[in-house]
Amino acid sequence: MIISLGILTATLVVALLLSVWGAGQTGKATSLEQWSVGNRGFGTALVFMLLAGEIYTTFTFLGGSGWAYGRGAPAFYIIAYGAVAYIMSYWLLPAIWTRATAWKVVSQTEYFTRAYASPALGTVVAVVSIAALMPYLVLQLKGLGIIVSEASYGAISANAAIWIGTIATVIYVVLSGVKGSAMTATLKDAMVLLCVVGLGIVLPYKLHGGIGPMFARITAERPDFLTLPARGMSPSWFASTVLLTVLGFYMWPHTFGSVFTARDASVFRRNAVLMPLYQLVLLFVFFIGFAALLSVPGLTGTEVDLALLRVTRDTFGPWIMGLVGAAGLLTALVPGSLILMSIATTLARLMHPPRDGAPPDSATRAQLLVPVLAAIALFFTFRGGNTLVTLLLMAYSMVTQLFPALLASLIPRTPITAAGAIAGILVGEAAVAVTTLGNVTLSALGPHWPAAITDINTGFLALVLNVLTMIVVSRVRPPQRTHMPVKQPA
Amino acid sequence: MTKPYRLLALVPAIAIVGAPWFANRIEPRILGMPFLLGWIVGWVLLTAVVMAIIGALDARHP
Repeated sequence: MIISLGILTATLVVALLLSVWGAGQTGKATSLEQWSVGNRGFGTALVFMLLAGEIYTTFTFLGGSGWAYGRGAPAFYIIAYGAVAYIMSYWLLPAIWTRATAWKVVSQTEYFTRAYASPALGTVVAVVSIAALMPYLVLQLKGLGIIVSEASYGAISANAAIWIGTIATVIYVVLSGVKGSAMTATLKDAMVLLCVVGLGIVLPYKLHGGIGPMFARITAERPDFLTLPARGMSPSWFASTVLLTVLGFYMWPHTFGSVFTARDASVFRRNAVLMPLYQLVLLFVFFIGFAALLSVPGLTGTEVDLALLRVTRDTFGPWIMGLVGAAGLLTALVPGSLILMSIATTLARLMHPPRDGAPPDSATRAQLLVPVLAAIALFFTFRGGNTLVTLLLMAYSMVTQLFPALLASLIPRTPITAAGAIAGILVGEAAVAVTTLGNVTLSALGPHWPAAITDINTGFLALVLNVLTMIVVSRVRPPQRTHMPVKQPA
Repeated sequence: MTKPYRLLALVPAIAIVGAPWFANRIEPRILGMPFLLGWIVGWVLLTAVVMAIIGALDARHP
């Protein structure tokens, strides 16, 4: 217990020092542009760290192994969507980056405001962003509590861990901004690689005599577990969910914001090669989940998310448990810090929109917002009831509804107007709320339709309604203002 | 389309999204993994290769 506590504490201290030192290398962050997007000066490595840092969260760590443990083959969608998203990123991210850099925007909200010359659209996007990000932040904090209390063998309570982790995050976010997160992300990625790949190889061999024998045992016990079923999480569920997740992938405000940190567009082309390779970390996460299925069976419901921690604790001593806990701690802190920064930047710019010719915005307003937002997140973590769970279920679908308006903004002389984009997003969000809250699937519309149709993710229904509304409203109310010109890259 | 080699990117995308229709079975095993998982992992690796090829060709044909 003392050993794992020591490792956890040491990791937190190193992460703090690393972030403050890393940011200190480039001078104190005084302007908002430096604090939130690193003066748009990050190269391939730092952008990779940021993107990997925020995409591989506590969900990847606990949820990925939990899905493999609890559901089997449907979990494979988690490894599938990333690769397809990276293919898209090769073209999508340079296009976003070129516009964002020409407009000097620092948040996703601001991007939409500029792209459609519409503060009203910006406000709608801000509301969607914050409604989706807040529960996501709370999820990270709850994950952090679980990881640290399990890894410290109960010596630190989940609540104490959440307080300590949040305070540490606030300190480094305020002091070092996005550079600090990128530096902490390097430590996080190193520890996650070490732990996940290590456990993913060692556990199957130690417990089941290898990866082949492990899968053979699972197949012998549950012949259908490692293929997709004909109904429910069927092939058309898989394909539609992968596609939908790909569209929403870069619509998360903090991920979208990380795009702005790049020094030039070629950064994304190189990352389109690197990111799929890093994606393979998930394979080892699955191996851990499958190893746990045979060794620590019986976890049900939300308990499946504990599979990784339980199998590690039962198999190894406190040294390994401490390392895994520390890696898990960082998978909560790094995305948490980026989410906090993203909400703070969005709000700061909304409260104080930039004007042409004005001196660069100071970071102070956003920095002051960070502890306030963290306090709100803590409140929801300890007091948030079902509302939060529901919001979280919808969060990914909510940000995905921003995709049509984003795509339309990239078309030269786009026929889509701000009114069209707003109407589309609102209709899309309403459809997401109705289908999620009412637990509506396509089988409700056509009870006798084949599974190939009824298993399609209902998120698509919302997206189709969104696009249709966007087009119709744009036709009815033609554009009054032309889009702002975009400087083409040299 | 001025750069037809870019269509190569569709190959891994289709192979991954369509994985359950091409590969929803356990045998033959790939490095001990069920075929479906092995297929997806293989195409994730090939995604990196394909994007590297497109990147290199794009760099040569600006």
